[in-house]
Amino acid sequence: MSKKRVPALEGWFTLDDEPRLLGRRDPKSGSYFFPKDVSVSSAPGFDQSELEDVALSRTGKLWSYTTNHYEPPEPYVKPDPFEPYTVAAVELTEERMVVLGQLAPGIDPADLEVGMEMELVLGTLYEDDENEYVVWKWQPASAAA
Amino acid sequence: MSKNDVAILGVGMHPWGKWGRNFVEYGVHAIQAALADAKLDWKQVEFVAGGDTVRNGYPGYVAGATFAKAMGWTGIPVSSNYAACATGSQALEAARTRILAGMCDVAVVVGADTTPKGFLAPSKGERTLDPDWLRFRLLGATNPTYFGLYARRRMDLYGATEQDFAHVKAKNSRHGVSNPYARYKKIFTEEEVLASPMVADPLRLFEICATSDGGAAIVISSLDFAKKHGAGKAPRVAAVSTVTPTFPDTYIDMPNFTTDSAAGLPIPDRGFKDSIAHAAYEEAGIGPEDLSLAEVYDLSSALELDWYENIGLCKPGEAERLLRDGDTAIGGRIPVNASGGLGCFGEAVPAQALQQICELTWQIRGEAGERQVQGAKIGITANQGLFGHGSSVIVKAG
Repeated sequence: MSKKRVPALEGWFTLDDEPRLLGRRDPKSGSYFFPKDVSVSSAPGFDQSELEDVALSRTGKLWSYTTNHYEPPEPYVKPDPFEPYTVAAVELTEERMVVLGQLAPGIDPADLEVGMEMELVLGTLYEDDENEYVVWKWQPASAAA
Repeated sequence: MSKNDVAILGVGMHPWGKWGRNFVEYGVHAIQAALADAKLDWKQVEFVAGGDTVRNGYPGYVAGATFAKAMGWTGIPVSSNYAACATGSQALEAARTRILAGMCDVAVVVGADTTPKGFLAPSKGERTLDPDWLRFRLLGATNPTYFGLYARRRMDLYGATEQDFAHVKAKNSRHGVSNPYARYKKIFTEEEVLASPMVADPLRLFEICATSDGGAAIVISSLDFAKKHGAGKAPRVAAVSTVTPTFPDTYIDMPNFTTDSAAGLPIPDRGFKDSIAHAAYEEAGIGPEDLSLAEVYDLSSALELDWYENIGLCKPGEAERLLRDGDTAIGGRIPVNASGGLGCFGEAVPAQALQQICELTWQIRGEAGERQVQGAKIGITANQGLFGHGSSVIVKAG
């Protein structure tokens, strides 16, 4: 019955108990980037060839959050039946960048408050017959057992 | 008088709705209305700037040519422009700079769209290098998700309430009810808004902008041409801002799932959303205190409150007070979204920034009927297209 646990996207995050997002750091400007494999942003005037691979820190402060009550369109793989889900925006303390992620299952969004400490965990995004596809999610730091 | 002024000789729109017809039809209707308003013939037009639609196949990607052909080829140059919600301003800027460069006297700016039902969705396929695809795949982050994030933050930071958000929708519904071009001509009470289904908490169905069909067009000219044409007193475009963010941009914007990092380089003094109207004020040589009215992009009711602050009507955290005091309703100190805004229109992406300009033009000409802002002289539009497109236009009396 146990399915293979695979990342929903290869090379974006580690799969350990304390998962980290895999990004890059520019040693000259001190700026961080995530994800590392997509050219999403640059510090202007700094040479991108000097970027170093780095695992980002996994804690930060809740910037905001919202619960979606309607089924999103594809390519979102929605559970059947559809269930509302919460998206949280967390500002990583060290990297000072906001990263969106779904709220980990079992957390009541009514317990959230802007500014609270959050940490990165892994959770199921969707499943097929063989695999469980996991992605990063956020949960309050106080929820750690 | 600013050296960058151009005259608005005519404006025209096709009513917003869910008509399901070819977008070209709406655009042609709008061009014909704008030309009639300008008292000009199509053959006098020397340049067409089209706003692209990405939902209607190839003709939508080459909108300038599509509309020129539909009006009847006359051999004039065209441009086709895309900047998501800011498309109309980009098209206007293409036409305005051509006039200011002395390369032509009269130009048409046009945008129109036919939209599918429901949420706007990314392009098809396994697009793992496309942030727009990834945000749906990995997070289910629809557009309303972002609106919900901003709204919740206002509640936790500034004490905004669900009642405030419903108030915005109710206010704009009273503004737009008499607008012949609006799609939703119905007055909503706050109670009705608060009884509508939750979409992206704390935002409800009636507070989130729909997608609509519609078309808008503007005829602009050099001031010399306007004078010779007997339209020396026509309203003027006094500024067009099409700014992009400055690194590090620390505000989480559609379609991104991360912001820039502020760990290394200093955050700019003015954030992206504040910089949009600021650049327009600088160019026009005016400030928010000079405004008679504003048309801002209320993709959600709560987002209108953010714009009050971003365009300098008040300091951060004070938007709710402006709203509650009635300052931003018609008859108040600085009416916002007298047209009814997106709440009454729904979004027809390439036409929407032009719709804002049409409204300012009618208001400044004193032709806005029941929704007229008395003594309107100067107005501003503000809007933002995803992937970092700022859009703000200042229109003033001639």
